[in-house]
Amino acid sequence: MRFWPLSRRRTDLSKTTGRRRLIATLPLAGLLLMAPAGAALAQDAAGQSILIGYLTRQEDPRTPASFLEPVATDEGLQGARLALADNNSTGMFLNQSYRLVEQILPQDGDIAAGLKALADEGVRFVVADLPGDALLAIADRPEARSMLLFNARAPDDALRNEQCRANILHTAASRRMLADALAQYLAWKKWTGWSLLTGRDPGDALYADAVRRAAKRFGGRIVAEKGWTFDTGNRRTDTGVTTIQSDIPLATQGPDYDVLVVADEAGNFGDYLDGRTWHPRPVAGTQGLTATAWSRVNEQWGGTQLQSRFEKLADRWMLPRDYAAWLAVRSVGEAAARTGGAGFDDLVAYLHSPDFELAGFKGEALSFRKWDGQMRQPILIAGPRMLVSVSPQEGFLHPVTPLDTLGDDAPESKCRFNR
Amino acid sequence: MRSLLCTMLFLAAPALIAEPVLAETIFVSNEKDNQIAVVDGDSLQITNKINVGRRPRGITLSGDGTQLYVCAGDDNRVDVVDIASGKVIHSLPSGPDPELFVLSPDGNRLYVANEDDNMVTIIDIPSRKAIGNIQVGVEPEGMGISPDGKILVNTSETTNMAHFIDTEKRAVVGNVLVDSRPRVARFSDDGKHVWVSSEIGGTVSVIDAGTRKVVKKIRFEVTGVRREAIQAVGIQMTRDGKRAFVALGPANRIAEIDTESFEVKRYFLVGQRVWNLAFSPDEKRLYTTNGISNDLSVIDLERNKVIKSIAVGGAPWGVVVKP
Repeated sequence: MRFWPLSRRRTDLSKTTGRRRLIATLPLAGLLLMAPAGAALAQDAAGQSILIGYLTRQEDPRTPASFLEPVATDEGLQGARLALADNNSTGMFLNQSYRLVEQILPQDGDIAAGLKALADEGVRFVVADLPGDALLAIADRPEARSMLLFNARAPDDALRNEQCRANILHTAASRRMLADALAQYLAWKKWTGWSLLTGRDPGDALYADAVRRAAKRFGGRIVAEKGWTFDTGNRRTDTGVTTIQSDIPLATQGPDYDVLVVADEAGNFGDYLDGRTWHPRPVAGTQGLTATAWSRVNEQWGGTQLQSRFEKLADRWMLPRDYAAWLAVRSVGEAAARTGGAGFDDLVAYLHSPDFELAGFKGEALSFRKWDGQMRQPILIAGPRMLVSVSPQEGFLHPVTPLDTLGDDAPESKCRFNR
Repeated sequence: MRSLLCTMLFLAAPALIAEPVLAETIFVSNEKDNQIAVVDGDSLQITNKINVGRRPRGITLSGDGTQLYVCAGDDNRVDVVDIASGKVIHSLPSGPDPELFVLSPDGNRLYVANEDDNMVTIIDIPSRKAIGNIQVGVEPEGMGISPDGKILVNTSETTNMAHFIDTEKRAVVGNVLVDSRPRVARFSDDGKHVWVSSEIGGTVSVIDAGTRKVVKKIRFEVTGVRREAIQAVGIQMTRDGKRAFVALGPANRIAEIDTESFEVKRYFLVGQRVWNLAFSPDEKRLYTTNGISNDLSVIDLERNKVIKSIAVGGAPWGVVVKP
């Protein structure tokens, strides 16, 4: 288990797909027998069995600019698998068992068909490791009406506002949560003059929107804004370094500021900035001093155990997408353990209730906001090698919980599914 | 705050001198220093620092009181310290990442929680061998044992349970769900109740050891401290069973609880992120380890005052007192 060669990981995926097909041909039998997936489940066949779907599309792995970072071909999925193991360890004592039904579609696969396949198998909790548009498309399908979807990936603020859906809970942090977390820390540091450098991807513009909003909320001043217009070469080419060395001072030239805030979600150029900027100032945002839901640099609050369990399972470190998927699957496990054999509707009601509390290795209980289904959680302010801070920062007060100073609070939410 | 405590100490100093000489010795495991700080209970000064394995946390006295057992988590072993010479004399095979443990009442067995491995390891002390293990929930942590040694209670932090284990059968015989991230399990001296603290839940569950049901959930409220900062960890009870003390982590408080009414009687302000606590043998004092402020607070329980804080080293975690 310690080391999984890439080829074996692929084999495992195809095996899972094979099993799924087999079960799909016998949907009723699968449901009635609760399809034991292993010896541990078989022993518990008399107890409660809970299926959790995992829906995603294959894609080219993200290639980090830094060679120190792992290239993950199974981002998200491994987090769900770890949480499944955690759920089953607990379930063993409660006569509950969990099975993850992995629907990994090809790159151009039909998401709606994937959802239907899960529904046909009796799955009602689905971890959606999907971009925002694909998530919305499945959330409005007829099958999804009797399902609960976990958005374990899309950071889009619109999904928590105008486009919110009652059948979605968000375990991924929103862009506004990340930007607010960073802004609070910068305010605490009194680094209030920001220069904003925005990449060319659509997500980068949305991240920049969240940064502008956070500046207004927490007293930041955006003294300059620029778009990144250069091409960054391959990370292994020698000439790339030379070009970058001359490009970056140009790209960051302008009025002085306290901190350069970069919006580069895909990591196209942000990692190249530090040490090359026109002004000798720190870099923050999507790179440098990064606001993130999870990072390898964090081992506070028992995080050592989560990191080490994950690394044993996945043979790489845990990424924010893995963490969001872990939270989603653990949320189902936590709700099922607390409600002891309750049906789907009661489980969903419990997840939405103030009684629901999940320990997520961040020093306090995580729960879902009732107005938009977002999981409230502390956000790490992580450097490339060390944990720098955790937001919310001391002094940013809130009548209910300081966690709600991050992202959309009830009065400002544009989500209306509760009416 | 330390200056405040120092001032209080000056005020309290004459009273201290007037009291009978205390012969006790306090041992504190310093998680970051890989050392055990030795504090003289009379002078309240550090008299020695003993080097042990890496990341020492759980610490307890041997049955005859001549040795210390120390969990060295990063070295995957339990170190045995000879108190007279102040040296590690050998180690016990604890299984991976031991954090907390409990000694059987006869002094012959150590039950160790292996945090990384969902397991409890049983060590036979005379033969220095691991003689078995028991599968429990995710991230086993707290360990409590009934006064007759027949029932062991282990808490698992991510499974959120207190597992009742029959020590003879070496099997889990019952599970009780408690609030999030249970840390410490402590039997009352009459064996009737098990108190389990929940760090994230911020509560203490009192479990009836016979029916294995939660009979009371104790909540805490400290003016000016947000609820999330109230994280229950260490628990100690007086021998007469009337008073319990609970460390509240980043709330920097110790709560005193009346065990009949389960009401919180008072809070003591101690150092930052208080983890664990131990009584003096006469139960007139309580010592607390404060992980962030790197000190040991001394509470005078006759006058209900924190009388001193002693800088003991990096990240003090566990504490035990030898008469």
